[in-house]
Parts: sequence; C-alpha cells; structure tokens
Amino acid sequence: MKLILPFAALAIIASPALAKTVTVAPGADAQSRLQGALIEATPGDVIEIGAGRFELTDGLSLDVDKVTVRGAGPDKTILSFKGQLGAGEGLLVTSDDVVLRGFAVEDSKGDGIKTKGADRIVYKNVRVEWTGGPKETNGAYGIYPVESSDVLIDSVIVKGASDAGIYVGQSKRIIVRNSRAEGNVAGIEIENSRNADVYGNTATHNTGGILVFDLPNLPVMGGGDIRVFKNMVVDNDTPNFAPKGNIVATVPTGTGVLVMANDNVHVFDNDLSGNGTANVMIIGYPKTFTDARYNPLPRGIAVGGNRHGKAGFAPKLPGGDQLAAAFGGSLPPILWDGTGDKADLAVTDKVAVLGLGLALGAPPETAKPAPADLSKGTTKPQPAKVVLPEAMEAAAR
Amino acid sequence: MKLAQHIAATVSACAALVILGAAVEDARGVNDAAIIGDGYPAKLSEFHLFTDIAARTPAPRVTSYTLNTPLFSDYAEKQRYLYVPGGKIAAYDPDKVIDLPVGSALVKTFGYQQSGKFKALETRLLLHRASGWVAIPYVWNADGTDAVLKRAGTRIPVTFTDPSGQSRTISYSVPNQNQCKDCHALSGAITPIGPKIRNLNDGKQLQALLKAGMIDRLPADAPRLARWDDAATPLADRARAYLETNCAHCHNPNGAASNSGLYLDWKQADANARGILKHPVAAGRGSGSNEFDIDPGHPERSILIFRMESTDPGIAMPELGRATVHAEAIALLTRWISDMPTDGNRTGVKATRN
Repeated sequence: MKLILPFAALAIIASPALAKTVTVAPGADAQSRLQGALIEATPGDVIEIGAGRFELTDGLSLDVDKVTVRGAGPDKTILSFKGQLGAGEGLLVTSDDVVLRGFAVEDSKGDGIKTKGADRIVYKNVRVEWTGGPKETNGAYGIYPVESSDVLIDSVIVKGASDAGIYVGQSKRIIVRNSRAEGNVAGIEIENSRNADVYGNTATHNTGGILVFDLPNLPVMGGGDIRVFKNMVVDNDTPNFAPKGNIVATVPTGTGVLVMANDNVHVFDNDLSGNGTANVMIIGYPKTFTDARYNPLPRGIAVGGNRHGKAGFAPKLPGGDQLAAAFGGSLPPILWDGTGDKADLAVTDKVAVLGLGLALGAPPETAKPAPADLSKGTTKPQPAKVVLPEAMEAAAR
Repeated sequence: MKLAQHIAATVSACAALVILGAAVEDARGVNDAAIIGDGYPAKLSEFHLFTDIAARTPAPRVTSYTLNTPLFSDYAEKQRYLYVPGGKIAAYDPDKVIDLPVGSALVKTFGYQQSGKFKALETRLLLHRASGWVAIPYVWNADGTDAVLKRAGTRIPVTFTDPSGQSRTISYSVPNQNQCKDCHALSGAITPIGPKIRNLNDGKQLQALLKAGMIDRLPADAPRLARWDDAATPLADRARAYLETNCAHCHNPNGAASNSGLYLDWKQADANARGILKHPVAAGRGSGSNEFDIDPGHPERSILIFRMESTDPGIAMPELGRATVHAEAIALLTRWISDMPTDGNRTGVKATRN
C-alpha cells in the first residue's frame, strides 16, 4: 500500500481525464462568471469563451498553469473593456504553459494582454484593438509578454497601441510570425531580449514598423541574437502619438525597421517600402544613463538581401527637409546615426546609407550628414533558428 | 485593564444576546481545520475567528494590530487581526514579515463609517496552509451578520466622507483571488505584506505580542518604519515609508513590477532604481509626457506624482484598489520631491522627436 500511494498521487496529477472544458457565454454578470472560471481552472483545463460580446468592468487574470483560453474567433468572441474601472491591463496571465487563441481584447484602459513570467506562452489568432484608431489615450501595449522564456506569437492582429502593438520584453526564445501590426506607434518591438525570430509579419501604418531595442537599468539587459526576415514593413506613416517620456515617443514617423543598442541583429529578405524617414535605421541609445553594465552601441548589425521601395521622402528628423533637399528630394533608405564600430556593422543592401556622424548621446543638431559605406563590415553568422517546444507548435496549429 | 474591557465587552454582548435573542455567542475556538484545509469555506463565520461575528469580537488568540504606515485603500478603515494557533509561536525576522507558523491567519476587514458607525464591506483572509499562503476575499451581507466567499471579486457602490470632509461616491473594488496575488506574490508565492517587524514596531504592540507568547523574541534594535503622517518625523523618512508600504510590494525585484526596474523599498540604495532621473520603461500613457519617474525639485514633472494623481485605470498607481486620489499622501510626496536638490549639471540629451 505504501508503495502504491505515490504512484496513485502522480497519476491523479498527470491524468488528462481530470481536465475539463468550461464554457462561458456572454450576458449578465460576465465579469464574475469569466473571472471565476479563470480562478477555478485546474491544469489541463480549457476555458472556452463563447461567441459574442463580453462587457467587462475590470481586468481579467489567469494564474493557473497549463490552461487554454479559447474563443470562437478574433471577430466572434470579443472581450470589451470600454467600461473598465480597474487593473492595468485587459487580461493578465502569470502562469506557465498557457495557450490564448481565438478571441479579441478591445479598448482596454492600459495594456491589452500582458503575460508576465509566463513561460511557454502561446498567442494564436488573437486580436487586440483600440477601436477608435490611433489616439494618445489608447493603452500602451497590445500583446505584452515580459520576463518569459519561450514565447510564440502567431497570426495575431494588433491595432492602435499608444506604445507597441506587439511588445516582447526581457524574454528569451521568441517567435513572432504571420501577424499584423497596424496603426500603433511601434508595430512590433523586441526589447532587452535574446534569441528572437520575427518573420512573415506585416507592419503597416504604424509610426515605426519593427523595433529592436536594448534599454539600460533593467533586470534583464543585453538584447541580441535576433533575426528579422520576410516581413512586409510598408507605409509606416502614422504621426507619433505616444505620450512623451516613453522611448517610442522618440521614434520618427515613417520608420521601417529600427535597431537600437543591440547585439547581433540580422535584418534580411524583407519588403521595405513607403517609410518616409527611413526603411532601416541603426542607432545608439540616445539618452543619458547610469548603468555600468549597459552597452548603448549597435554592434553586429547585418542588413542584407532586403527589397527597398521608396523611402526617406518625408524625413521626420531635425532639419529633415533641408537634408532631403540636399540629397535631391529624399534621403537614402538606410540611416545610421554614426555610433558603434563601423567594422562591426554590415549593410549589404544595394541602396545608399546616410550617416549622421553623431557621437553617442550628442544632440541631433550636431549631426554631420554624409553618405556612409557600411558594406565592408563583418558580423557574426546569422543566429540559429529559434526552435520552441513541439507542444507549443502543436498548440498553435 | 484589557481583561476588564474584554469582560465588559463579553458581558454586554451577553446582555445583547438576552435582549435581542439574535446574536449568537460562539464559544468554540478558531476553526483550525478551516484554516489549514484545502477548501474555501463559503462563509466567514465558518472560521470562528470572531466570538460574535456581527460585533466582530475577536476569538481568543485573534489579536488586533496596527501598522505605522498602512496601505491606502480609498480611505477605507481597516481592522487587522492576526491569529497564531495554540502551541505555536511566530518567529521574529528583522527584514521580512514576522514568520507566522502554518495554521496562522491574517484577517483584514475593510469598511467605512456610515451614520457614525463602522460598516464592514469585505474581509480578506490570508491563511497559512502547509502548501503555502492562500488569499481569499469575503463580502459582508447588508445586515453585517456574515460575509460570503467571492473568489471572483466584486464591486460595491460606496459613499463616504474623506478626511477633508468631502463626500465621495466610488465603485469600491473587492479584489478577486488573483488580484490578491498580484500584490501579495513574491517570486510567485503568496506572502503577507503588512505585518513586517518594522511596520509593527510602534514601541508597544510587539512588546505585547512577546508578552502574550506570540512571537519568540524582540531584540532592542528592531527596525522601525516611520509613520507617514507623523509631522515630527523627517520628511524623507515619511515619504519613503509611504512608498515602502504602498508601492514596494510590487516594485521590488521579486514583485509584480520587477520588470520596471523601479524599486521602492525603504532601504533601496540605488537612486536610479528609486526613480531619481529614471526613464520609464513600459509606462505607456502613464508617463503623462514626463521624462522621469522622479525629477528632483520638480514634482510637477515627476511620473510618480502624475500616476498617484490619476484614477484612470491605464494610468493610476497602484493598479488595484484605488478609485480615489490620496490627497494627503500626494501633498507629502510633492513636498519631498520639491525639496530634493535639482541636478544643475544634468545635460539630459533629448532624442529626436517629430
């Protein structure tokens, strides 16, 4: 008997027979019924949110491992936070092995969906939208995994975030693919993170399309080993509507791909067009900082094999108009602020590069713009493909 | 004296029993099985934490306590009790919450004065089970005769008069069980926040706990957190005590706001981590168009003040449990930031902005 007990206990914990599907329909008291289902879930459960509109007054949260939250589709199951009175996000997930798929979060007062310290998180076919279009009063981040290992974001749509539509921060092993970011300040942003593949996405009508940043004074720093490829980064032309103070408030309207203070970032095989300031920008961290561990320079940045449409025709840089006039009406499609070691930057796209000749942290008025040749630099080989656990891929099929 | 009061209260409660025949004196001790069991009892009364639940007369070993600097929760009054089961003792810890043994409970009842009487709205329990702490909310019925479990939380419309005499009507939020965890989780595990030695240390109540045999020791050099509202205490100590209690449960390296890099515990030595000239990370519109969390000498340019002044859920800090602005605390922190020396040599490099 004594020998059998531990095995019996194990069987109960592991048994999928105990997993259940709980269905929550829209209607009266949806807040309490849906939140109650999320609280009472046990590992293995599926919380199925029915088709229809859920008018919610508070943020929802999930803190149980191995739960799938599934709706009837991003246009059918709508969690509306128009009447939200509390909490900093629409949905907060703080547990591991969670799958979110087939529903929409609309008009949350803060972030849309935040997953913090949630490892092996899958976002599939989810929509986060601020329905009034780009506005400074919209919430900050649409899809917001932070401090997590193994993040899969697949086929999501994010519109109207006043900071970043898809924002992955302080995480490692990340895939963002087949998604659409439209009308946000930053379309897709990978920040202070290692090993990310960003591919097959469309970033359009944002202020900036795809951003790869590393910032100081954070628990996780040293971002890098990132591949940005096969994306459509086109017509990013929405005036910057981020509240000042945030780093993305400094992103010029009309930015395609922006790489700042990062290590070993490869940007290749993308379609880049219609970005009025630049299709690609490579820069150092421009603000003051006090963190001795932080490297503010871009290094190991490789840009090659991209297809460039028109760019630089409306540069939102100080003195941009005069600069464009000096270059015959529009700036070159690739812009480098002049920071970092030129020998460690490799731009092999067959287009011109504008160097600003700035020292790190120097004000833009001190720029000495001139064509720059970065084609001779050498970087590390492309980072290896990000491979996530098969269970995550299976959950996203 | 205390005993006499207790007897008096018991006598009057008995008298009430005789006269009304309604209130039931509960002679049983605290229901230890309800505390340490796996379940979530449907009613607060099932715990027997009170000998008379309507009067909220605490059961034996259920001891009331206060904090030097409490968490602000929409001007709600709070009645706090701790329970240590018989035969057990809590351990002194100078840095953390007193180490309460398995079987202990923390009981916090929230309410407001209504027509000159305290009206309870909710009671939050923190129960120390063998598997760790659990947090659960109970909402009082209209008669104030019991409270029922509400794991999903709720909202209650409340009108009350704030300390300045102003009448306020708010949608009072009873947190759901996950929201309890948002504030109470350290490295993912639920932990009590309030009864830290430093915040209990008012020169009296720790001595009383020691005398009652509820804590194991009390060194003379026990740390002491300032009272935020004690005008005789240095401004910086009061301000940092307020931030410690109201912010540092999230804003610490193991808390819910760990990713912000803003750490507001009372002993934080790194000025940038404390917010001084610190840029926001994921504040979004919570920045209020300001560059720094704390801009020394400039409360009007400090994100910290901006977020405390807002009740918009996308901006307000703390994120939970605050539908009103704590005017007195803002006055304190504004004065604290105003008095900070400005950094004359700062050459904040402005990035490009269209």
